[in-house]
Amino acid sequence: MTDIIIQLLIIVTKIVFFTFMVLLPLVPVSVYFERRFCAVIQDRVGPNRVGIPLTLLGFKKDIPILGLFQPVADGIKLLLKEDFTPSYVRTTYYWLAPALTVIPALITVCVIPFGSPISILGHQEQLLIADIGVGPLFVFAVSSLAVYGITLAGWSSNSKYPFIGGVRSTAQMISYEISLGLSIIPVLLYYGELNLGHIVQHQADHGWLLLPFWQDGKIGLPDATTALYMIPAVIAFIIFTVSIFAETNRTPFDLPECETELVGGYHTEYSSMKFALFFMGEYAAMVIGSALIVTLFLGGWSVGFGLDSWINGLHIGDFQIGGILHIGVFVAKLIAFILFFILVRWTVPRFRYDQLMKLGWVVFFEAALINVFLAALILAAPELGSAAIAIGAVLLLAVTAAVIWVAKISEPAPKALRV
Amino acid sequence: MAVVKVKRPKLGFGEKIYLGALAKGFLITLKHALKSLAGKSIGADSLKSSGMGVTMQFPETRWDDQLPEYYRGAPTLVTDEQGRERCVSCQLCEFICPPKAIKIKPGEIPTDDPWAKVEKRPQEFDIDMTRCIYCGMCEEVCPEQAIYLRKDYLITGLSRAAMVHDKKKLYEIGGVRTGLVNKWNELK
Repeated sequence: MTDIIIQLLIIVTKIVFFTFMVLLPLVPVSVYFERRFCAVIQDRVGPNRVGIPLTLLGFKKDIPILGLFQPVADGIKLLLKEDFTPSYVRTTYYWLAPALTVIPALITVCVIPFGSPISILGHQEQLLIADIGVGPLFVFAVSSLAVYGITLAGWSSNSKYPFIGGVRSTAQMISYEISLGLSIIPVLLYYGELNLGHIVQHQADHGWLLLPFWQDGKIGLPDATTALYMIPAVIAFIIFTVSIFAETNRTPFDLPECETELVGGYHTEYSSMKFALFFMGEYAAMVIGSALIVTLFLGGWSVGFGLDSWINGLHIGDFQIGGILHIGVFVAKLIAFILFFILVRWTVPRFRYDQLMKLGWVVFFEAALINVFLAALILAAPELGSAAIAIGAVLLLAVTAAVIWVAKISEPAPKALRV
Repeated sequence: MAVVKVKRPKLGFGEKIYLGALAKGFLITLKHALKSLAGKSIGADSLKSSGMGVTMQFPETRWDDQLPEYYRGAPTLVTDEQGRERCVSCQLCEFICPPKAIKIKPGEIPTDDPWAKVEKRPQEFDIDMTRCIYCGMCEEVCPEQAIYLRKDYLITGLSRAAMVHDKKKLYEIGGVRTGLVNKWNELK
């Protein structure tokens, strides 16, 4: 009986810690970084004034700690704004939609491994909420539910721009889900399992998927199969990253909410905290997306270069602190990737909608599919004869050429406006 | 003008695949960001940048010494080098003022005053700064060179009453102006 209670307590502690003290704070942090980084890119300063408000307590001056409290001020502002529900909306769905966008993003956090196992008083504990064997599949299954929130928001607002935004978002998310799922099959083939915790442990021991330059703590060149496997891995990485951009509605694929065409997109009619929930869901999805990329391709919590076993060995008395350090490493990688998201946002112009659809269905879907076979061929090569490898390679090339040819002739050549 | 036929550019394989251009774009953005972070953006010096981008951080850094001579700030009343308040309350500025911001209550100068000859001076002179549009017509119309637009631009107040500049405040901002025509002086 006490065992069960202790187990439950541990689970609740993990949920509270990872969801509300790691993931949710990362949302305002990424908003802050977004604002500061984009300001720097545009030769501005960005929010740098909001700090500890000592003037409220009667002091002469505030302490502006680089404007780090700006997200807090934003949050308070959004909470205190009037929560306005227009009279023409379909109220039930209108109220349900914001929750439906946030909750999936928060649920997916439960399979993300945040650090190596820690042990307290001889009790080993995994630093992830649910140690289940379907990791990425669970993330895809749950995070694709977020599309319901956006669609419902667009439809229930009963107004034209949100409706178009919702429809666009549905089409976009469903299209990119396919390449998202297909692109990581090579990754899963390589690891041979779906448990994200084990995947990261494997990367810590044998080198990250995109950087396999150490083996069991020793730095060295990878063997032929691993080295060749870099090719499908890089292709998978590119497809997966771009698909994550499309899934999270980030620029250059932010068509559901492009301001120039749709006012605000699916959340045009929302205000106050309901809008904030959409905002939060979007950024939480972005955080989860980069967490997944970091976990699958860039070694998750591992520092790499054979340092992980040394970190695992660190302990104060009976308490192994390596896992805590690994959480720090993971969050650092996450923030680096979020900065990349922001860099992309302020570099790449928005795609046209037909270009977006073409990219998803004609380019990425086929590329991911061919990539699966390429990965399979490379993995199976050591066990096959040279004749079989040659036949496989020729077949693959033929299929690739055929796909490119079909893609080419299926698209009519652009007609000149005037001859 | 002859019609120039522009050909649709033929994209090479590298351009069609888009990834190289993306990487190039990232590098350009990053380089710009680093430049901006180091305060070396184009125009940072001439725009009085605070060390990040080209933004001047207002309350700490100010434009004041670069305001042009013709800058039109708050309208004020001035005294001359003899300490005489120059306004004779002719009320021309009150009539000309487009938003009707000026309100003057004329008063008489007592006969024992050394400037009794001028006869009138304002008893009250209010400029409502919530109405003033800084057009400078009062300065232009003044026959006595008494009202001038100075370079003060930070006119703030917590109430409407605080935004009305009375005579005392106007003379305080205006100060003494020298080199004006002193037409009321005795010619020996």
